[in-house]
Amino acid sequence: MSDHNQHHGHGHGHDDHHDHADGSAVHGSMKDYVIGFVLSVILTAIPFWLVMNHVIESPATTAYVILGFAAVQMVVHMVYFLHMNSKSEGGWNMLALIFTVIIVVITLAGSIWVMYHMNANMMPVMEGHTPQQMHDM
Amino acid sequence: MSDINVTSAGAMSADPSSRYLVREHHPEHGTMLGFWIYLMSDCLIFACLFATYAVLGRNYAGGPSGGELFDLKLIALNTAFLLFSSITYGFAMLQAKVKNKGGTLLWLAITGLFGLCFLGVEIYEFMHLIHEGAGPQRSGFLTSFFALVGTHGLHVTFGAIWLVTLMVQISKHGLHAANMRRLNCLSLFWHFLDVVWIGVFTFVYLMGVLP
Amino acid sequence: MQAYPTETDPIFGRLSWEAIPFHEPILLATFAGVALGGIALVALLTYFRVWGYLWKNWITSIDHKKIGIMYMILGLIMLLRGFADALMMRAQQAIAFGDSAGFLPPHHYDQVFTAHGVIMIFFVAMPLVTGLMNYVVPLQIGARDVAFPFLNNFSFWMTTMGAVLVMASLFVGEFARTGWLAFPPLSGILASPDVGVDYYIWSLQIAGVGTLLSGVNLIVTIVKMRAPGMDMMKMPVFTWTALCTNILIVAAFPVLTAVLAMLSMDRLLDTHFFTNELGGNAMMYVNLIWIWGHPEVYILILPCFGIFSEVVSTYCSKRLFGYTSMVYATCVIMILSYLVWLHHFFTMGSGASVNSFFGITTMIISIPTGAKLFNWLFTMYRGRIRFELPMMWTVAFMVTFTIGGMTGVMLAIPPADFVLHNSLFLIAHFHNVIIGGVLFGLFAGINYWFPKAFGFKLDVFWGKVSFWFWVVGFYVAWMPVYALGFMGVTRRLNHIEDPSLAPYFQVAAFGVVLIALGIGAMLVQFGVSFMRRKQLRDVTGDPWGGRTLEWSTSSPPPDYNFAFTPVVHDNDTWADMKKNGYKRPLKDFVAIHMPSNTGAGFIIAALSALVGFATIWHMWLVGAAAFVAMMVVIIAHTFNYKRDFYISAEEVTRTEEQHTALLGSHV
Repeated sequence: MSDHNQHHGHGHGHDDHHDHADGSAVHGSMKDYVIGFVLSVILTAIPFWLVMNHVIESPATTAYVILGFAAVQMVVHMVYFLHMNSKSEGGWNMLALIFTVIIVVITLAGSIWVMYHMNANMMPVMEGHTPQQMHDM
Repeated sequence: MSDINVTSAGAMSADPSSRYLVREHHPEHGTMLGFWIYLMSDCLIFACLFATYAVLGRNYAGGPSGGELFDLKLIALNTAFLLFSSITYGFAMLQAKVKNKGGTLLWLAITGLFGLCFLGVEIYEFMHLIHEGAGPQRSGFLTSFFALVGTHGLHVTFGAIWLVTLMVQISKHGLHAANMRRLNCLSLFWHFLDVVWIGVFTFVYLMGVLP
Repeated sequence: MQAYPTETDPIFGRLSWEAIPFHEPILLATFAGVALGGIALVALLTYFRVWGYLWKNWITSIDHKKIGIMYMILGLIMLLRGFADALMMRAQQAIAFGDSAGFLPPHHYDQVFTAHGVIMIFFVAMPLVTGLMNYVVPLQIGARDVAFPFLNNFSFWMTTMGAVLVMASLFVGEFARTGWLAFPPLSGILASPDVGVDYYIWSLQIAGVGTLLSGVNLIVTIVKMRAPGMDMMKMPVFTWTALCTNILIVAAFPVLTAVLAMLSMDRLLDTHFFTNELGGNAMMYVNLIWIWGHPEVYILILPCFGIFSEVVSTYCSKRLFGYTSMVYATCVIMILSYLVWLHHFFTMGSGASVNSFFGITTMIISIPTGAKLFNWLFTMYRGRIRFELPMMWTVAFMVTFTIGGMTGVMLAIPPADFVLHNSLFLIAHFHNVIIGGVLFGLFAGINYWFPKAFGFKLDVFWGKVSFWFWVVGFYVAWMPVYALGFMGVTRRLNHIEDPSLAPYFQVAAFGVVLIALGIGAMLVQFGVSFMRRKQLRDVTGDPWGGRTLEWSTSSPPPDYNFAFTPVVHDNDTWADMKKNGYKRPLKDFVAIHMPSNTGAGFIIAALSALVGFATIWHMWLVGAAAFVAMMVVIIAHTFNYKRDFYISAEEVTRTEEQHTALLGSHV
């Protein structure tokens, strides 16, 4: 069993490109993983705390804040765990990611916008019930 | 944009055609880029499931809501399991980089264990919900919840199967180039599961308990 | 509606002898024909002992050229099936007025138009487009194969298995009666408890996986495997359109996978994604399916735009006008195609603000298409135009597609669409652009690249016969349909009340007969070309004076495509090489590293079809077993690390010398 307790930093930074047979995959360092982990813990703990303890009055504000934290933590994962940078695969990885993010935003925002209007215009309102009551029906 | 290995046709005579040819050409491996692009397509599947949850997520149909059902402590535990599994996979990669087979296998095994813990908790949560009458057939909200969280869980399951398979292959063949490529791919996959989970615990669980 | 037995059978689920349509004469006759033809084919193949050859050289082949040819064969066979559906619909609509009910009751007619749409889009247009891209792109970029040859084989077999499931529905059970997009709640379990929608879902899911993987494959191929010196802006335009198409595939097909999975969960597990009760929302299905559906039609047309670019520059012996703007136009179309999807359901009720946004984006997307058209026209201007068949198809496309595009812009205006939506005007519009754009482009591409793939040109006379029947037939078949749509006739009707509309339908039926003659002439063209192949022989590898790298190889190219990888210095690489006195190397060949054939793709695809069939018929044990078997085969396949071999330098030398001899024989 090797000395798995010996996590000495190897000092491999992002710019240490080995001639890999697997094609210039950039590996992280111990430092990257630890920083990423610690940041992720913080960025997870705060949203959980905010919601579980009802820290912010308005649910809408809370929602936006925790979504913001989620976005930041996703970037942290990309950078520190996935070693995302603009150089890997000649920039194509970054391009693919940006394109995907755009499509995801269009799909999410587009669907929400469209369906909000569809629901408002087309979902039946029964007599004596408000649309909110219809929601809960 | 990408650099290409070229061995020029120096052996050929000085005829004009030689500038149009190269004797040996080894195109770069496309595996990492290909897997990344596949992962992007997987993100889009999740985007559809998130969109559906966004649209159906308040359709309680007179049944229970997220606030009534979700146990945030359990979710925090599961988030911890997944986050730990991410960093243990990172340790496995560091071991693989220095060609330490035993170390790699050890950290992969620990990663797998965390993954199984995650799945165990999730299955427990699902069974509890179904037992309470809050299964996927109860309402649009619960349908979209089970679909989104369940699909993520299925991905973790497939990742775990892949992890075990790769452990067998590494112990048989060692950390040669092909297995390193596979480790890199599984690394991308595993970390991505955690990225998607960030979306899940935020958008589904945390926002789900907000009024 | 067929009555299904209660599911007591653990092995056969709800499959029983009642699933075979003994009481439908048309189906029985078709089945008899197919069965007899199939038996005859199997007998012939056995008699000539070609099973081994077929397995070794075609079924297990990972060669992009063979796979491309197999895609084309699949597409052309399915064209005959899909067109048979078209003939039936036109025949029905030509006679079913007033008291006459015609020969296709709604129950049957609805399956016909559903199958027609599904087959034409998924199993004709997609395979033909994928086949051409598969065949041509590696050659155009100077590569020896695609990035993932095994995945390529697997993708092909997944597509084929999807087609097999659709064809199986003809004889075992029935197909969906919902239209080609299967909107719920009609496609839900309450309104369609039968197997039809399940066949639909599974054939599309399986084929969809194949297409998605093909998309990843071709993107990585184009990004990573271009010959040295071929920067992005030196790629041929067809490769550019292939790249954008495959990006769209990767961006769109996951949505189809997700939404069909949700529909199948509603049907199998009683969930509430799209149900009317308990919080489902059927409109979300329409939203999601069209988020896929609109990019899908651009996936079909963009490669054809690329074909036209290659054809025009070749037969005008001129560099394509406006290469840069062509590339930008293609990329803009690719991005914009993701912003227009709601125009397919303006009438569903999203309101004025949403409708206006999507109406405007839809109109904007016609602009880069127009830019492309002008580029082609400017390429033709002052060029020495040779009206070979591909060029004829291109000119027909330019006129026809423009008309179809204009009716599209009409439909893009929401108030107009409220009148025209789901009328025959819409049907005429999309057939106009798909036939005029996609199909004419494919025919141009087939005539253009056929000599490269097979070593002999296609017969010109029968090609022209086919061309004229198709073009004239198209206008005769579809212009009346535009008129009918304007007059208010709804789509998907098997019976029309008003007999005064009959003449229009009958003219349209006559048009479809002309098209049938066009298809017949094309089949004759293939047959005659094969019989006359010695006279039609292409020994140079460059029968048209081509400008791109595929024309630098022999016809057909050797397995390894290029003995030495070309180095690129300019656009229109082959034209540049010819101009600068390029001579083929005759010696000093080296061994070439090649991937090995494998049967794993075929086996995994067949098992997934079995999983699909079993799930459709609720044969849970069989389905579970097939799924486990599939996972075992996949995992076992990953244990095979020896997937390549070398073609020796001697063999390369022999092959190249054969080609040299052939070139020398050309006077």
